[in-house]
Amino acid sequence: MSQALLKIKNLKTSFRIKDDYYAAVDDVSLTVNKNEVLAIVGESGCGKSALAFSIMGLHNRAKIEGNILFKGKDLANASPTEWSKIRGKEMGMIFQDPLTALNPLMIIGDQIGEAIYLHNKNISKEQRKLKVIDLLEKVGIPHPERVYDQFPHELSGGMRQRVVIATAIANQPELLIADEPTTALDVTIQSQILDLMKQLKEDMDAGIIMITHDLGVVAEMADRVAVMYAGQIVEIADVYTLFENPQHPYTRSLLNSVPNNKEASSKLHVIQGIVPSLQFLPRKGCRFSARIPWIDVSAHEENPQLHEIEPGHFVRCSCYKHFHFPEEEVQ
Amino acid sequence: MWKFTVRRILIMIPQIILLSVLIFIMAKMMPGDALSGLIDPNIDPETIAEQREKLGLNDPWHIQYANWVKDLFQGDLGMSFRYKMPVTELIGQRLANTVWLSLLTLVLIYAISIPLGLISGRYNDTWLDRVITGYTYIGFATPLFIFALVMLWFFGFTLGWFPTGGSVQPGVESGTFEYVMNRIYHMLLPALSMALITTVSTVQYLRNEIIDTKQKDFILTARAKGASESRIYNRHILRNSLLPIAAFFGYEITGLIGGTVFVESIFSYPGMGQLFLESIVQRDYSVATSLTLLFGIATILGALLSDIILSLVDPRIRIK
Ligand SMILES: Nc1ncnc2c1ncn2[C@@H]1O[C@H](COP(=O)(O)OP(=O)(O)OP(=O)(O)O)[C@@H](O)[C@H]1O
Ligand SMILES: [Mg+2]
Repeated sequence: MSQALLKIKNLKTSFRIKDDYYAAVDDVSLTVNKNEVLAIVGESGCGKSALAFSIMGLHNRAKIEGNILFKGKDLANASPTEWSKIRGKEMGMIFQDPLTALNPLMIIGDQIGEAIYLHNKNISKEQRKLKVIDLLEKVGIPHPERVYDQFPHELSGGMRQRVVIATAIANQPELLIADEPTTALDVTIQSQILDLMKQLKEDMDAGIIMITHDLGVVAEMADRVAVMYAGQIVEIADVYTLFENPQHPYTRSLLNSVPNNKEASSKLHVIQGIVPSLQFLPRKGCRFSARIPWIDVSAHEENPQLHEIEPGHFVRCSCYKHFHFPEEEVQ
Repeated sequence: MWKFTVRRILIMIPQIILLSVLIFIMAKMMPGDALSGLIDPNIDPETIAEQREKLGLNDPWHIQYANWVKDLFQGDLGMSFRYKMPVTELIGQRLANTVWLSLLTLVLIYAISIPLGLISGRYNDTWLDRVITGYTYIGFATPLFIFALVMLWFFGFTLGWFPTGGSVQPGVESGTFEYVMNRIYHMLLPALSMALITTVSTVQYLRNEIIDTKQKDFILTARAKGASESRIYNRHILRNSLLPIAAFFGYEITGLIGGTVFVESIFSYPGMGQLFLESIVQRDYSVATSLTLLFGIATILGALLSDIILSLVDPRIRIK
């Protein structure tokens, strides 16, 4: 039906901490198609941003291994010049915190205009301004002519996020990465931004990677979902399957920690513990095993792999077959 | 903008009043008074007491203060007993010397700190940065008066490249090009000594600003737009990092005041700093108090200047 826009194969992104490299993204493979929204969910610190930054080439001191095939071209070790031609033109990114994502000393118009200028130096200043005002209108900013000349501090958080979005879509990118675009906003603004994202999804002919830890956002936006834990994808499936038939213990725990969910029939489940920090991440065995201690060690694989349990539905480690919540144990 | 400036200037009035009261009280607590230097030891004590009474030195302090302020407003800063001339006249001569020396020092400070800070911040943790940071540590650790002495001894006496005192060579006709060059020649060594030491804080400050700005989210946004590294530095990092440096300009002046006191004395440069040290050593009471007052006012003006610069360049403070 659709062709792969982005194909990541065995991506490993490592940071150097005191002479050693530690992988924050470990053996991640995924594809994003045109006109598709892939959601990436997982707790804080599981490597979602590190993955997104690798795709955009935004890490400056990380070791990148594996392949990032974008429209058939491998970007894993592209040069800075190659990157600056792709970034902002073919790929756009929306960041988490709109309050800090804009240059405080530059007017809004110039910040969006810069994205246009960088990839099309032939457009006259007047035309560029018209384009920027168009974009401001498109992302739902009232009085775009006035906002054009304003500084970021004169706008609210929601308005600033709209400006960030306008910057990201200025050159109609084919791939849009949104790294928790609503996390820093309050609830009413969140839903407005989500509505805008949904509308853009309809209008734009782009593949979208939506990073979030909000399952509500996933349900509303995503076509497919990848669940990440400790740098790895533990489960990937289309959104319907994932909500109806979650398999991996981590996915089930996540879904079960949300009220009004099918599996949460009586009690909400709280996932014990936290994502271990990079240096202390277990590198052997099932990385989630420490957080489900009531499951017997023999249930885990020694070297957990992704298994395709039904077409398009992958689960890591065989422990999913033996998983149950602790409160179910009594039965 | 105007409202802000006017308000900011109005704040200065109580500051200056407080400053003058403090200086007056400290001056009163110093041993001696305006008379002690003038007195010929052969004059009999009765005449002295009479003089004291006549000059109002026995009045209650607030009346003395009021008189002092009244005189200040009339431009009367008293008499220097050592030079036997009005303090206003004495300072007037030297004010220009100090202002020129400070200006040259300021130019040197920025000429050194901006490139060094930029390089050090951009290429932080490289050997280049380590060399520059090493220099700043040495600069922080070296007392200005010792460094100035070494400079004077080495470049002035040993190598003989620079004059070792004065502000101009006697006999050079004032107003000519040669005269201007000669004055710069005399200022160069003291200015350089002062700049090389005082600039290190600006180097460090700029370096930290750049390292800080480099990690800001909006730099990521710029990178995500496709801006090249050089554009990111020139367009996004530079402006944001120079802003606090610009705002620091006024305080830099304050720092120079302390510097001139040492440097002018060491290089026998006839400026206010030299006069100040001299007046304290010789108990030239009216000169010392007047200079303290002037330095204090310069400090307050420096802070005012900093605030005005900041309000001009930073849109977050700028008031339309
Ligand atoms: N530049 C870096 N240098 C060293 N460690 C890093 C770097 N960037 C991220 N990390 C580490 O990598 C891990 C993954 O971080 P990442 O920011 O990708 O998490 P995340 O899933 O995006 O979390 P959040 O939901 O809080 O945004 C964390 O342990 C983090 O400390
Ligand atoms: Mg993140």
